[in-house]
Parts: sequence; C-alpha cells; structure tokens
Amino acid sequence: MSPEMLFGLLWKSLLQTLHMVAVSGLIGSLIGLPIGVFLATSGKGELFPAPKLNYAIGLIVNAARSTPFIILVVAIIPFTRLLTGTSIGTTAAIVPLTIATIPFFSRLVEAAIREIDKGLIEAARAMGATPMQIVFKVLLAEARPAILLAFTMTIVSLIGYSAMVGAVGGGGLGDLGIRYGYQRFMPDVMLAVVIVLIVLVQLVQSAGDALARRFDKRNRKS
Amino acid sequence: MILPPVAAETAPHERAEAAAPMITFEGVTKRFGEGTEAFTALDGIDMTVNRGAIAGIIGRSGAGKSTLIRLVNGLEKATSGQVVVDGTEVGGLNDAGLRGLRREVAMIFQHFNLLSSRTAFDNVALPLEIAGLDRKAIRAKVGPLLDLVGLGDKATRYPSELSGGQKQRVGIARALATSPKLLLSDEATSALDPETTQSILALLKQINAELGLTVLLITHEMEVIKTIASHVAVIDKGRIVEQGPTFDVFTAPQHETTRILLSSTLGTSLPEWLRSGLKAEPAAGDRILVRLTFFGATAFQPLTARLVTEIGGDVNILAGAIEEIAGEPFGTLVVSYPASPEILDRANRFYAETGLSTEVLGYVA
Repeated sequence: MSPEMLFGLLWKSLLQTLHMVAVSGLIGSLIGLPIGVFLATSGKGELFPAPKLNYAIGLIVNAARSTPFIILVVAIIPFTRLLTGTSIGTTAAIVPLTIATIPFFSRLVEAAIREIDKGLIEAARAMGATPMQIVFKVLLAEARPAILLAFTMTIVSLIGYSAMVGAVGGGGLGDLGIRYGYQRFMPDVMLAVVIVLIVLVQLVQSAGDALARRFDKRNRKS
Repeated sequence: MILPPVAAETAPHERAEAAAPMITFEGVTKRFGEGTEAFTALDGIDMTVNRGAIAGIIGRSGAGKSTLIRLVNGLEKATSGQVVVDGTEVGGLNDAGLRGLRREVAMIFQHFNLLSSRTAFDNVALPLEIAGLDRKAIRAKVGPLLDLVGLGDKATRYPSELSGGQKQRVGIARALATSPKLLLSDEATSALDPETTQSILALLKQINAELGLTVLLITHEMEVIKTIASHVAVIDKGRIVEQGPTFDVFTAPQHETTRILLSSTLGTSLPEWLRSGLKAEPAAGDRILVRLTFFGATAFQPLTARLVTEIGGDVNILAGAIEEIAGEPFGTLVVSYPASPEILDRANRFYAETGLSTEVLGYVA
C-alpha cells in the first residue's frame, strides 16, 4: 500500500473514530451523569431516599455493564434501526456505544460523589439547602475533578469499544486495523493504527488529567 | 497578680436569666433502630439555654451530645419529647420550615466542613447563595464577615491553603453569614491545638458579646467549657447527670462523671507518685493529705500564709493550681502536714473560721 493511500485510510478512520467517540461520549455522559448522581444519593436516609428504585436502576446498570459489548451491539440492532433508520454505518454504531457509556459513566460518577465527605452534605443541610442545591452547589462542585477524570476514562474506554463496531460497519481505526492489518495481513497498517490509537489515548488522558488538576483545589499549598 | 473583686460584675448567665429561653428540651428521647437492635441515644433530656448565653454540653464520646445538638436544627428528629427553639417546636416543622429555621440557627463543625472547591470568600458566600441573595448583596456581606474573623486578606485562598484555625474562622464567618440568632458548635475546637483553641474560643466569646448571639456548644474538653460557657450540662449515656452555672458545677461537682471529666483539667488530680503511697487510715507519724479549695471570698485572702502560721512550719505544698472558671477565680491546693491530734485540731479550727472548703485525701508515711 502506498503511503498516500495508507494516510488517506488512516485519516478517514480517525475521523470516524472521533465522530463516534465524541457523540456517544457526550450523549452517554449527559445521560449517565444524573443516573450516577441518583445512584449516589437515593440510598436509605440519603438526599433523595428511594432505595427500591436505587436497587432497580443498580440492577439494570450492572446488567448492561456485564453484557459483552459486541453482544450488545448485535442485540440492540432493532432499537438502533428504530432510532437511526439503519443498523449499519458510523451513525448506527453510535447507538450501542452510547448505551454502553451510560452505565459505565454513571458508576464512575456514583463513586466520585460517594467519595465526598458526608460532613459537607450535613453542613449544607444545616445551612438550609434543598437537596437540589446540595447536588449542584456541593456534590457536583466538589466532585468535579473526579468526574472529569471519570469522563476521561470513559472516552478512553470508548476508543477501545469503537474498534468493535466494525462488526456493524461502523468503521473507525479499530475496523481499519482488523480488516487491513489482520484479515489482509498488512502489518504496516496494523502498526500505523496502533500508533495512532496510542497517541490518541495519550492525548485524551493528558488533557483530562490537566483539566482535573486545574479544578482540584484540595492539595494546594500556599 | 491582682484579681478583680468577684462581686463587681454580674456573671453573664444572671443577665440573660430574665428573657424567654432560646432553646428548651422537654423530656427529649432519641432512639435509633428498632426492636432488639434499638439503641437509646438520648433519654429524657430536660434543659434550657437562655437567650444570649454561651451554654456547653460536655460528655465523653458516645454520650449522645452530637445527637442532642443535631435535634436543635432538625438534622435529627426526637423520638419523643419536644425541642423548642425560640418559640418554635422543631419536631413539628416540615422541610420548608426546617430550612427556614436553619437559616437562623447556624452550625460550626469539628472538621470545618468547608468546600475544597471554593475559596474562603465563596465558602462564606455559600449560605447566602442558598438563601437566594444576588451577587452584589453577597459581596457586601462576605467582606465584613471575613474581616470580623480576621481573615480579610485570605478571601481568595482555598481551604487547603489555610491552617486549621483559619479554616474554623472561615467556618464561623460562614455560620454568621445569614445573621443567625443561635450558633451551634459541634466540637469546633477539638481538631485544633490548645493555642488555636483559645483564639477560636476568644472569637466565639467576642461574637457572643458583640452580636448577642446565643451559643450552644458540645465538647469533650472541660477546658472549653471552663473558658467560655456560663452554663454547662454534663451528659453521660444519653442522660444529663448534672447541669447548672459552670462555676457551681465545676467547684462542687455532684456526679462521678463530672469529677472524672474535671480531674484532668482543674489540677485536682494527684500526681502518680503521691497517689500510689496514699493510705486510708493513719499510722503513727504519718502525714495527712488535704485538698483545699479556694473560690468566692476565700480566693482573695492570703490564706496559705496564715495556714502555715496556724499549723506551724511543717506544711508541705504538693500540688496546686489557680484557674478561671466562667470568669471567676478558682484555686486548689494539696498540702500535707503531720497527722498528730493537736495539729489536726488547730487546722480544723482554722478551716472552720475561714470557711475554706477542704477534703481529706488520705495519709502518707
């Protein structure tokens, strides 16, 4: 394969990956965030006590997380078709990627919020804050660095997941690696794909770390 | 040292006595859990806190004092009995009513509970944001509060950049933001070193005097009560075992728990080397160990020198301390002298004549 052609394929696949990861990461996290907050605050005696609903949502989240991603992709094809009108292609691949993001991100958000000192919630209650004010002014504000790291971790996982949506014609870097590098036995393509993925993950992680550090005021020294 | 005459000024608790109480506990019981796992944290609490007073509740950890203070702002609900704050029965309030109450009843905490993501300024602003004030009104309030607690220059600092004492000052400024009428202090100085503790207590005293704010504090440190509380309640295993003006409770403790809590602070505990040799009955040639307590009128007379003259030169001073309790002087002195009948006789006559309060601790060889 000529270098021009390889570059062309890599570029196109990179854009597909970025497209899928960005859209599913954003939508999935936006849906996952409130679910994570709910999971962290709806236990017995917590801000929005609803232990039964908490348990039910917990079960669904666990079920979604334990389903292997490639099976999820195939299993929800009817739903994907309902939503996007097609079951193949990059846009169609975004649906299972988003579905997989929601439980993953919500568990990370839940953990981030549970890390917050209970004393802060008590202090806010003692000031006369409503549960919603506590969520926005205390929990989300204090958990912001951890949530940014969780988002970073989600994006990195999505980059990995996106390699599997080649199965439904989603395209992307992973698909390129499998079809050219593996099935056509072109090690140079495989190597190029892996290098691009490594660089991409590095960039995402560094950006996420930097952002989280910027918002983390816990270990500042005067 | 010249001590001020004791009767020149009325004690703070006597001034506040007239007005209606700020807090009343009436037969308050709090149980956690149900059935066989039920645990009674508070049992039949009756207590009042007067308007403008600084009242203290002292007890060991697990005695129920944290639960008790949380009943006042409704963070806990009483199982039975009534908690009345400034005429309002806390147990009868709905959520909105409780939020209203909590704007008038502020709280400070042992571990400060400041938001790490907010600067000192924004931490103080938080209760005002919660109350729905606009940015401009908030700015106008926060600056003076930071000045009041001595942190005017630390407005843009984050909690991680502040010392423990500074964090508690931010906590106090935050508590004062909504102009409360009552301040609850939950072990506010327990995480601080003794020097910082004193400066925080001085600040609380100042706020109490200048703003007329009623303060209810819980602590396990007698030192805290002794320094600022005009009234004290001693709590043990969910019951108040003793309460009254701090000076009375400290100088004449009635309950064993009070004595134990007191012994470490008031210099009333004997040094180990003395305690180990102590006997209940005298043998020939033994010396008697007596604890003398000075307060009220006896605190200002040169009684020690007279004691030596009355008994003879063989008086030995073994331990002693002069303290200030709720602004009044209080001294203890442990002395020994020969336990011979004529010396004991002379000493007892001297005590009867001067009104010194004494306690025979035992005899040593």
